Order: sequence, then structure tokens, then C-alpha cells
Amino acid sequence: MTEEIIIAGFGGQGVLSMGKILAYSGVMQDKEVSWMPSYGPEMRGGTANVSVIISDERISSPIINQFDTAIILNQQSLDKFESSVKPGGYLIYDPNGITHEPTRKDINIYKIAATAKAQELGISKVFNMVVLGGFLKLKPIVDKQYIHEGLEHSLPQRHWNLIPQNEEAIEIGKGIIEAVQVL
Amino acid sequence: MNQDIEARKQELLKEGYEEVYTRTKVLTDAVMHYCPGCGHGTTHRLIAEVIDEMGIQDNVVGVSPVGCSVLAYNYFDVDFQEAAHGRAPAVATAIKRLNPDTYVFTYQGDGDLAAIGTAETIHAANRGENMTMIFVNNGIYGMTGGQMAPTTLVGMRSATTPYGRRVDLNGYPLRMTELLATLPGTYYVTRQSVQNPAAVRKAKAAIRKAFENQKLKKGLSFVEILSNCNSGWKMTPVAANKWMEDNMMPNYPIGDIKVDGKIAEGIDANRLVVDHPLTVMQ
Amino acid sequence: MARELQLMKGNEAIARAMIASGCDGYFGYPITPQSEVMETLMAEKPWETTGMTVLQAESEVASINMVYGGAATGKKVATSSSSPGISLMQEGLTYLAGAEIPCLVVNVMRGGPGLGTIQPSQSDYFQSTKGGGHGDYQLYTLAPASVQEMYDFVFEAWDIAFKYRNPVLILSDGAIGQCMEKLYTRDYIPRWTEEERRAKAPWGTWGKPATRPHNIITSLELDSARQEVFNLKLQAKYAEMKEKEVRYETLNCEDAEYIIVAYGSSSRIAMKAMQMAREKGIKVGLFRLITLFPFPTKQLAEVAKHVKGILCVEMSAGQMIEDVKLATQCGVKTEHFGRFGGIIPTPGEVLEALENKIIK
Repeated sequence: MTEEIIIAGFGGQGVLSMGKILAYSGVMQDKEVSWMPSYGPEMRGGTANVSVIISDERISSPIINQFDTAIILNQQSLDKFESSVKPGGYLIYDPNGITHEPTRKDINIYKIAATAKAQELGISKVFNMVVLGGFLKLKPIVDKQYIHEGLEHSLPQRHWNLIPQNEEAIEIGKGIIEAVQVL
Repeated sequence: MNQDIEARKQELLKEGYEEVYTRTKVLTDAVMHYCPGCGHGTTHRLIAEVIDEMGIQDNVVGVSPVGCSVLAYNYFDVDFQEAAHGRAPAVATAIKRLNPDTYVFTYQGDGDLAAIGTAETIHAANRGENMTMIFVNNGIYGMTGGQMAPTTLVGMRSATTPYGRRVDLNGYPLRMTELLATLPGTYYVTRQSVQNPAAVRKAKAAIRKAFENQKLKKGLSFVEILSNCNSGWKMTPVAANKWMEDNMMPNYPIGDIKVDGKIAEGIDANRLVVDHPLTVMQ
Repeated sequence: MARELQLMKGNEAIARAMIASGCDGYFGYPITPQSEVMETLMAEKPWETTGMTVLQAESEVASINMVYGGAATGKKVATSSSSPGISLMQEGLTYLAGAEIPCLVVNVMRGGPGLGTIQPSQSDYFQSTKGGGHGDYQLYTLAPASVQEMYDFVFEAWDIAFKYRNPVLILSDGAIGQCMEKLYTRDYIPRWTEEERRAKAPWGTWGKPATRPHNIITSLELDSARQEVFNLKLQAKYAEMKEKEVRYETLNCEDAEYIIVAYGSSSRIAMKAMQMAREKGIKVGLFRLITLFPFPTKQLAEVAKHVKGILCVEMSAGQMIEDVKLATQCGVKTEHFGRFGGIIPTPGEVLEALENKIIK
């Protein structure tokens, strides 16, 4: 198994930390992982993205331009990465702020209204975990117990009291992700 | 000590001569390359005497510069490092940080300390590095053949100011010592000279204080030594000392500027920041 | 600090390895994309645990000269920077080499020339291996290709540095520096005691006891005859490194008709390109340089005897290729492929270059 993922959105949406929690969970499940961020001034308020690879084998290049799954949280990222999804791959996006919907017919497209749901439930801080839950519903590449360990390793100990809330958010995400038919 | 010298000394003592002066054991037998009459030789000796008297020969590391005193490491019988031009304060910073109980000093000239090494000097002082810096100021680049230094006086001739230093072209003489005294990281800042016995005695006391201060761990101790450069100034040593007193000293007044972390008595704060008593040479 | 599995950035791995390998001092200056090295050190506060000193200097010029001063007292001292900062350190590096001071310098490369870009690049190969400063000197240069190697090479650097009394350079780039991968940390090696320091560095300026002459650290020798003798001694040292300390890795070279030569993050991309080529039935191998100096000249020449062509992949305009051609005496068709200015080539581009420049 090798899963090559891009997560992209605005700085501040928790893109990098979502990737880190996923990658750390992979480490705990004894997978090979890599986490390669975009870095530099563009991170400060602009777009942020991170490529995460989780694999059963030694990872060759951590730098990739074709993805099994793209997790997209804003319009710029959708414009940039829709074409980078491998044929037959998955594109997951949050419709919040999206004006031009994805158009490809050779990939599987899913919508997750995580921003709206998180606002509704007053859990905006763990919005990114709602999105992660949606992804894990489609691609259960790491087991629940390892996600818990991944959270423990990714969060400073003083925030461990928030782990249950994070896990709940993941479950909520699993429940609200829905397939989109491109006409 | 060199065996020939020792043998000759024994002969002289047998003949009834009395020993009134000897090398300090902290200087090696290497023959110094400094021009006769230059202040470097005397300053070396004072530092060596202080190290000897404090009994710290086995626990001191010196850093020499690029300039006339580049070979200082050959003359002091203590562990020594030769730094790149201007970098001695950075080099010494790390020696001291990694060996906090070792006495560390730099020995630098005005080109090294006040031109190419200005940033290293100011930042070492501003961090309050607990070490000693000895700054020999002769207003000129001696080793490379008498070019203008940041400390060259207005109107003073050098190889690169053959018609005299002009403020409009070259700016003002840089008074590094006054500048450093304004920084909270310096604990002791003084300017001394070594052109006569009275001056030498004061200079030695200042160097001793600058080394003793390292025990207190309260910041940088900085000793400027005004020296002639008789070769560079193209004068006899005696004339050069007179010239130094007449021309250098009005611009670079002798005495303590900061003692025990406070501006010394009688020092007008204006002198440190604004009022530059420029003596324009004719 | 014990052996543990973690997920970590390359830059953070460098910092943690410094602490865990008993480093005595780090002196640095912030620059993207390696600032996490000093940030991690400052956050870890090793001065409270191992006693390691960490200082933010006023410039890279000061940093490297602090390395000079500290390391010349026989302690394990390191700095890190990225390309423009490493350019500023060239003076210090030639003095360190000239005074034979062991130390560790890490370059997390970014694109140049000039201020260039903050994105990854490998255009400092010449600077690293051909002497960025003046004079005939070499830095022992290691090129890590993973976060684990970033960590491990710090431990190994000290052994080489002190064995040969020579600076060691870890030449990485922004991709490995910023990438997080899994990492097995190692058990803490305590900093040297005073006795160990004196035994490992009898030449060090740690205060002259009555029992030995004063130790002098300098690179100055005004007598040309003696300076020539010293240069010959340096050259003999570099020759010994070439004989004993060459490191490289080969993958699928046994039956390869073509090989890709690469180091660092380019070798990871090349590995993927190799896998893609093999899936298409093209027999491609990978020759990965681990030491850039000493260059694995003999070993590469041996592998090259059996192949039809070599593609050099480097994020530069083509620097490493010169050493590859020297190694093979230009006996094999050899081409360069690279992107630069901070652009990272894709495995697909590498495969395409292999097909178009070498196989066609």
C-alpha cells in the first residue's frame, strides 16, 4: 500500500497539522511516512500545502506531483491541484468559498461541508479533524487506535485534554462526507 | 630560556653585575619583530607580567589579530589562537562561552578592531562577553605599509591619504572606546598609553584590572593602548611619542571612561555621544 | 534521551542529533530554510541538560569564527546555515581547514545566485567540494538523503572531524530540511569530560600546563618552504580520506543498462524515476553519492564500465557532472538533467530526460 496525498488550503486552516497528525498516526502503525510542506512567506496568510505519503515500503521521493488523493480547502488550491490527481484517484473538498466546482470525470469527487458543520457545532478549532475524518472514511489507511497515538505525539501534552474532542470531530467528518456527481 | 643568554648572564653575575631587569617567564624567547620604539613590545610585556603575577599562565587563551601583532602567539608562552582579520571578538566569545573559567583576551589593532571587525567588536561588547580586549591604537595600518585607519586623525597623512585625511572624503576618526563605553555590556573601559614609565605603570594597572574583572563575570573589560607607529608616521621613536602626545591625545584622551559598570568620574556624557574634540592638523 | 521512534523535520533532526551526540556548542544565525535548527536548540535548552552552549551570533561571519574559537579549544562545535550564509562563512572555513580544526557545518541549500530563492536547490556543489574559500583545502562533505541520515550523519561527522582534524560539511537542501520523516533517535552520548577533551585534542588551546609547550592555532606560515610542507601534509590527509572514507549507495546497478547518479533529495526523486523506468522494462540503476568529497571515483568508474549511459540529476545547472565525467574519463555517454532556482524536478521529468537524452 502506498497513499500519496496533498492537503491544501489557507494558512491557518490547520493544513500542516492535519498532515502531521495523519503522518504521525502512520508512524505509530509502523508505516513509512513523509510530510513535505510548502514553506516560506507564502505560508503567512497565503496558501499552504503539504504532501503526505504513507506506505508499506521505503518511500522514494517525498516530493511528488501526482496524488492518489487531494484534500482541498480553498478555491486557489482546487484550481492548482485538481489536475494533479491521478486518474481514478480521489478529490475531497470543502464547498465553503468554492465558486468553481471541480469538473474532472475520471476521478472520484467528494464534498465535505466541514467549515459549516464545525461552525454549527462550535468546534471550529478542530475543523481540520472533521476533514481528516472524511478522508479516513474513504481511505481507512490508519486504524483508530493509531490516530489516537498520532494525536498524542502531535499535540503538546498540555493540549492532551482536547484529544477526545479531536476524535469526535473525526467521527463527525466520517458522517458528513458525500459523493459528488460531475455532470 | 636560551642557553647562550643564560650562560652570558651567569658570567656577568660572576663579574659583579646585578640583575635589575629580566624577561617575564610568560614571554617566549622568540625575538619580537616589532619596530624599535613601537608600543606593541611594551604592551606585550605588561600583559605577560599580569598573567605571571596573577598565576594564570596555565589557564589563559589569547587571540591575536591580523595586523602588526599577527604573530603575537609566538611571543606569549600561553595557548593562543590566530583569528581571521577582525574576527577575534567572535573567536574569543566562543572560547570563553565554552571555557567559562579560562581567562580569555584578544589583542587587536585599530584596523582589525575598528574597521573590518567593527560588528564583532560591538556585538561582543553588547553581549557583555566576560573577557578582556586589548586594543592598540596607532592611527594607521602599520603592517601593510601605513594606510589610513578608521582612527587616522583629520589632516593626518598616510599612504592612502597622501594629502591628509579629509572629513568630506573619509569621515571622522572613529573613537571605538568611547562608543563601547555607552553599551551596557561593557564593565570596564579605559584608554592608556605606554610612551613613558608613568604611563606604563598606569597601563599595567589597567590591564591587571581588566584581567581581574573576568573573575566577577560582569561584562567586557576593554583597554585601549595609544601607541606611536614611528615607521608608519615616518619619525624617530622619540619624535613619534612627542607627536602622539601633541596630536593623538587631544583626540583620544587618556584615562578611565567606565569603571565597575559606571561612567567614570569627570567624564562628560556629551563627550561620549556628540562632542568630538576634533583637532585638525595643519 | 534514548532510542525512540519519532516523526521529525530534517532541520529538527540536525538539532536533536547535535544535542544527543554530545556537541559542546552551536553558533548560528537565522536564515530560511534552516532556521528550525537553532529554534529547536533554543527550545530544548540543552545548557540545562547536557551543558551544551547555544548562541545566536550577529552574523554568519561571526558564527563561523565562533566555531573556530570554540572548536580550537578541542570541543565539539557546530554551526548551520543556508547557501547565502554559507557564502559568508567561506573565509572562516578556509581558516578552519588551514588551522586543521575539527568542526561541523551544515548547509541546508537554497537556490541562488545572490539572494536567490528560499526553495530547495543543489547549486552549492562546487562551493562545497572545490573549495569555496581560497587555498588548497577540502571539506569532508556528506550528503544526507533522508531525515534519518540528517540525524545519523551528525554523530558520524564528529568521528571523521577529529580523526582527520578537518571540518566536516553536511550538505543538505531545503527539501530534506523541511520534510518530516520517521526517525529512530539514538542514545545520548555524553559530552566529553575535561580528561577526554585533552586526550582527543592534545593540540587544543585549553590552557597551557607546565608539562607542554604552548599550543598555537593558526593558519599563518610566512616561510614558503614550510608552507609547502604543510600543504603536502594536507594533501596527504585528503588522499587518505579518498582511500578510506568514501561512501555511496548503489540500487539495481547489477543488471543496469543505464544509471542515474545523484545525491541528497535528487537521489530520492531519481529513485522514484528508476522505479518508473523499471516498470516500463528499462533497466535503470541508481548510484547515490553519500560523500561528495571524497568522491567515489573508482567505485563509479567500475559501475560505469557496464552501462550504456549515465544521467546526472542535480538541482543545479550541472556541477556534479564534472566529477562524474572525470571518474569515467568521459568513457560513457553522460548528460545532466536538473531544474534550478528552487524548482524541484519531478520523477516523471527525470524519466523523460533519461529517455530523451540518454536512451534515444
